[in-house]
Formats: sequence, structure tokens, C-alpha cells
Amino acid sequence: MSEFFETDAVIIGAGPCGLFTIFELGLLDIKCHVIDILDRAGGQCAELYPEKPIYDIPALPLVTGADLTSRLLEQAKPFNATFHYNQMVTELRKIDDGRFELKTDGEITFLCKVVVIAAGGGSFQPKKPPIPGIDAYENTSVFYSVKKMEAFRGKDVLIVGGGDSALDWTNNLQPIVKSMTLLHRRDDFRAAPDSVNKMRELVEAGKMQLKIGQVTGLKGGNGILSAATVKVADGSVEDVACNTMLPFFGLTMKLGPVANWGLNLHENLIKVDTEKFETSEPGIFAVGDINWYPGKLKLILSGFHEAALMAQQAFRLINPGERLLFQYTTSSTSLQKKLGVN
Amino acid sequence: MAKITFIQHNGTEIDANGIAGMTVMETAVKNQVPGIDADCGGACACATCHVYVEPEWAGKLGPRNPMEEDMLDFAFDVRDSSRLSCQIKVSDAIDGLRVRVPEKQF
Repeated sequence: MSEFFETDAVIIGAGPCGLFTIFELGLLDIKCHVIDILDRAGGQCAELYPEKPIYDIPALPLVTGADLTSRLLEQAKPFNATFHYNQMVTELRKIDDGRFELKTDGEITFLCKVVVIAAGGGSFQPKKPPIPGIDAYENTSVFYSVKKMEAFRGKDVLIVGGGDSALDWTNNLQPIVKSMTLLHRRDDFRAAPDSVNKMRELVEAGKMQLKIGQVTGLKGGNGILSAATVKVADGSVEDVACNTMLPFFGLTMKLGPVANWGLNLHENLIKVDTEKFETSEPGIFAVGDINWYPGKLKLILSGFHEAALMAQQAFRLINPGERLLFQYTTSSTSLQKKLGVN
Repeated sequence: MAKITFIQHNGTEIDANGIAGMTVMETAVKNQVPGIDADCGGACACATCHVYVEPEWAGKLGPRNPMEEDMLDFAFDVRDSSRLSCQIKVSDAIDGLRVRVPEKQF
């Protein structure tokens, strides 16, 4: 199902800096669509440390990643940005009329006047366990996510991991697979207790196997797995027969497609100027952890500042010839109207 | 000040001076030790600062904390000697510590 949207600005990344960018652009009447690879807003604050306290947000002596995210969403709310989750931007190019075209892996196309890359450490992607030879089985026998459950019907499935993804997919796929084995390094699970209990019931009922150990090697040929070599808790090694393996070791950040968009980079970061935070391609901006300039500090507060300055140039590009009046939210009637407080 | 030795996968040793109160991970990053990625910046949220404590130091660092134990599920080839270096505080007591860096953090 392909979709198409035309808008003023597309923000890549719904982390703290992407969310504050909605606010800064919104004050200047610039409409935004926001794209993120995760299934929710917050970026690293949602994925890496939702419950960890952050101490260096101005005026918030202590705030958790989750709380900061919900406050930023609330602050950006008056501007009605449209969010597109579970989408990775794969292509970004300038088209003949000077606008930009973006495409995502979920077949959404955007046409816009400015692009703001607020992609933090890049895109969150599944961690690939460094098991020798694993590459040869990827997408034929080894999968890092479940896109369609049907693809696993009738398979001998080995799921590796102890978190929510591992347990959820163990329980959800068990009824349709031929055999199910869950492998985890210890008999203790991070996942929600409900799903752990459900898995243990399935084991009790003889409907699946639970093994405690770690994968050390893979066996098979022509991209089809026949077994995984597993080192079990007592140090002995055994083969677990399977033709499908799903390793769930969490997510890691990779620069991803950003590297292919023809922008000048500095050690995997996007080079910007410090007046407009514009990249080597006019109309494409970068804010937050993903950008680099002399003196750059990867702090959330720096990203907020960058968003405010970037928005000024975005306004000039979108409204050529129009005068941009600098205003304060404390005193400007027009800004207060936009915020819905006047 | 405590001397900490990071042994690379290829056997190369990097000596670093750890400052009391900092973590072993921070010491590694400060000294540009390859293989300590520390994606999350020390929040015990990514398991990319995984190290193996050398046998002579086994049992001398205290047990893993429960959060660290959970995060180690995200590491590869976890052994009895596995620790997340962001959870080991530098003090005089660990002067001379030797840890091995895995070939890949993922």
C-alpha cells in the first residue's frame, strides 16, 4: 500500500530534537510530517533509557527520557504534525522544481520544501549476533524481525533472547510452527512476567522447548539452516535442529541510508554551518546528535538551540521575500494564538 | 589513580590511568580503546561496553548488579567473567585490573 504526502517540512527522527523542531517550525507556520523507524516517539530517550534520569535539561533538574518525550510531544501538540512510525527513510533526493522527494521502506513518498535530519545516532536496527557464517543465512533462514507471521508456518523455529520481542514471538508463533525452541543464556527473563508465564505453560504442556545456553555456530547449506550449535549451561555443546532462527538481541544505532544522500560528512556525522545548521545541500538541515560542526557537543540542549536557528532559514526558503519578524512567546499575540493560549 | 589494562582481541594491550569515581568504560573511551562502543553513554542500556575480566581478577570486583545482568542478555558470548565496563567504578582497589575486549560488541 503506497501513500503520498505533500508538505512544507519533513523531519527525519522523532527524538527530542525532532520533536522540538516541530515546535520551532510551527511557530513560523511551517507544517511538518515526522518519520521515525521506531514505533513511538522519543528516539534514544524511548529506546535506550526511558527510565533513566537526565540531569542537564535546562530548568528540569531531573527528568526521565520518557517524561521528557511526553513533555515535548505536549509542547508540539498545537502544531498538529503528522507522525509516521516504523518507517525508515531510504531515499532523499532533490527534484527539478527545487523540492525534495523522500521515500520510506514502507512505501510512503513525501514531497516537501525543506528536510530536517534529526536522526540522532542514525537508525535503530536489530543487533546481529557475530556468529561465524550468519550472513549466509540472513533473510533465508535467519530473520531479525517478524514482518509476516505466515512466513513461519510449518517451520522448525529457534528463537534466541530473553526480552519482550523474544518471548512475544515465541508465544505468538508457537501455534503455527512445526516446532518451537526458545534459547536464552539464563533461566531468568527480562520480558513481561505474563509472557514468561505463558511460555512456561507451553513448555509444561510439551508444546515447545526451552533451552538455556548460547549459540556458537550454525550448520546448513545453500542459505538453509539445519541446526544451531549451542553451548549449554554446563559447558557441553549440542546441536539444536531448526530451519529458521530469530535472534532478538535488541537494537543498535547505525548511520544507515543517511550516508547515501550525497551530503558532506565528518566521521559519519553530517557537516552543518553554525548559523543555519544547513547541510552541504541547501534546504536540507541537520540538528541534534547527527550533525557536526567545530565545538559540537552531543547534548539535547544543543539540539534545541540548533532547531530554533534552523527554523529561521527554513522560513526564508519556504517564504522567499517575506520578512521574518522575531517574536517572543511571552508577548506576541500572534504566537500565542498559534499555541492556542490566546 | 588506578592502572587498567585493556587487552584487545588481537592481544595488543592498552594501559590507561583510571581516575577514582569514573567508570572503567569512561576510562576506555577517554583513552580511545577500540572495541568499547558505549552507544548509550554509560546508562547501562546497550551492552556495548562488554568486557571479560581476566581470571586473576575473578571475584574481586563484586557481583554484577541486576540491571547489568539484564543488559548482558543483549551481549554476545556472555561468560562467567563478563561485565559491562560502565558498571565497574574505578578505585584504588582495582589498580592493575586487566580486562579483555571482545572481538565485536555487535
